Amino acid sequence: MSQLILFNLFNGLIVGAFYALMALGLSLILNLSGVINFAHGGFLALGAYIAYTLMPYVGFWGALLIAPFLTAFLGIIIERLLIRRLYGRDPLYSLLLTFGLAYIFEDVSRYIWGAQSVPFIVPGFLTKPLSNSLFFLTGYRVFMVVLVAIAVAALFYILNRTRLGMRIRAGTMDLETVSTLGVNVRVLRNLNFGLGIFLAGLAGVLAAGLLGLQPTIGTSLIMPSFVAIIVGGLGSLPGTLLGGLLIGVASGLTTVFFPSATEAVMYVMMGLVLLLRPRGLLGEEGRL
Amino acid sequence: MKGPGQRSTNALVVLILATMPFWMQYVGGYTELATQVLVMALAAMSLNFLLGFTGTLSFGHAAYFGLGGYGVAMIIKYIAPSTPLGILVGVAVGTIAAMVIGALIIKLRGVYFAMVTIAFGQVFFFIAFRWNSVTGGDDGLTNWKRQALDLGFTRVELLDHALTFYYFVLLIFLLAAACMALILRSPFGRTLLAIRENERKARFLGIPVEHHLWLSFVISCAFCSLAGTLYALLNNFIDPRALYWGQSGNFVIMAVLGGMRSFWGPLVGAAIFVVLQDFISSRTENWMSFVGLFFVLIVLFFPRGVLGMIRRRSSQ
Repeated sequence: MSQLILFNLFNGLIVGAFYALMALGLSLILNLSGVINFAHGGFLALGAYIAYTLMPYVGFWGALLIAPFLTAFLGIIIERLLIRRLYGRDPLYSLLLTFGLAYIFEDVSRYIWGAQSVPFIVPGFLTKPLSNSLFFLTGYRVFMVVLVAIAVAALFYILNRTRLGMRIRAGTMDLETVSTLGVNVRVLRNLNFGLGIFLAGLAGVLAAGLLGLQPTIGTSLIMPSFVAIIVGGLGSLPGTLLGGLLIGVASGLTTVFFPSATEAVMYVMMGLVLLLRPRGLLGEEGRL
Repeated sequence: MKGPGQRSTNALVVLILATMPFWMQYVGGYTELATQVLVMALAAMSLNFLLGFTGTLSFGHAAYFGLGGYGVAMIIKYIAPSTPLGILVGVAVGTIAAMVIGALIIKLRGVYFAMVTIAFGQVFFFIAFRWNSVTGGDDGLTNWKRQALDLGFTRVELLDHALTFYYFVLLIFLLAAACMALILRSPFGRTLLAIRENERKARFLGIPVEHHLWLSFVISCAFCSLAGTLYALLNNFIDPRALYWGQSGNFVIMAVLGGMRSFWGPLVGAAIFVVLQDFISSRTENWMSFVGLFFVLIVLFFPRGVLGMIRRRSSQ
């Protein structure tokens, strides 16, 4: 029993890491540009499929390195061509636009790569269990958690230590002032969007190695990411990270005791947070 | 919404809807498709009560739509073979859910409100999807049929008479539309417009904004679950897809396409959307791309919707 709990706890942590990675990207875009990027799951799937396509040529490691950058590049183009036009308008419109994009991405993935799951092969030495008693602790799972941790650390380094990151954070608080101080806000939002999509692409490659790859892989991960943002706190990136891990672990543990409530439990958590602390666990005051 | 102009518009709408089954075939439709237009229009109009007239974006109305549908299906399948009872229970279930969730979310505004409605919308999807023994899971609830109406002096068959069922739905649709119009014309409705235009000002005037938003949310969801009951009755079937966020998005695009600021706008949007979707999905497997493209094009080139555009032209 204790092994079962440990297994699901660890599983929840992994799933939570995905939610967090995805939610961090969503949060970045939402905080700076006020856009709920519904197509985030679509970008995630595209990232995974790009990696899948590249793999025969550059191997797993090459694909893991290149695919997120290509996905981010695609994101930058789409922001430039479509999403940019909607800044400053009712958030309704950007939501509808990215919603339409989500449909298109899913359908295009299905058209190119087929509706069936495709095999996504990770290097053999990563799939072996690390210990005999803890069979679930494969190298790939540990590798994933480590990689997500590195990605998150890098993100917070960029945000806190680099010029770009500081501008993004300043823009989140007061975009007008940042603009008056001579920062090109258009470029800033563009790069910020790319950064968010980069995280989605990375999450996609990692998720495909664990869950298998089919066109709907993104749609199943996007709702929990919304929940993670709300639970963690509006406007707070550490909050988003915490929220993602928390709901991942909570649904992992629920799987042990009450499997049919695996998804429902995170919505219950969201309800409780909204009831007791509407701005979220680490949410800033006055952001509602 | 007053004056002779509005009155003649209303008469025109009723006339068009009352004759729709007879000319629908000439534009490539059939009676069931006409009924579907009415059902979707009611859902989109109920959403627009919130979106266009209260100025609050809900992206999770499919939840209440689906709850209504499951309500009517379960009553007829498990409890009592009565269509009116099913509708009543379906609406009650949707409304109660909206009361609870509404109370949790009214403190949020703008994008955050939209995001919470999206997320909460999915709860019921997962319940319907997972609770196999009662909801039929992914396969949905089948093996039940809409029941004849017993009016005391006569029985109205709804099942095998597509045309009779169309007029049954039309009657409910018109009653619901009239209710919404009356609410919007009442002092309460005017207050909602005031909140939409300037929430801070409304608050300073002593209007209990949260309470009004909550009530508006509940009213909107109640009508949406009514539409959901009719949807289940139309298909003699309900499955988790009716609760899915894709459905919520469709309602929003219908309202935007028709024109959010006009009362009948969502009806126009729903008619275009339903007929187009029927046309596309019967011709290609890649209908999702077309629907997605449709969303993008509307947002970029047609954000005011059909009626918004016409109104703008005529005022120039």
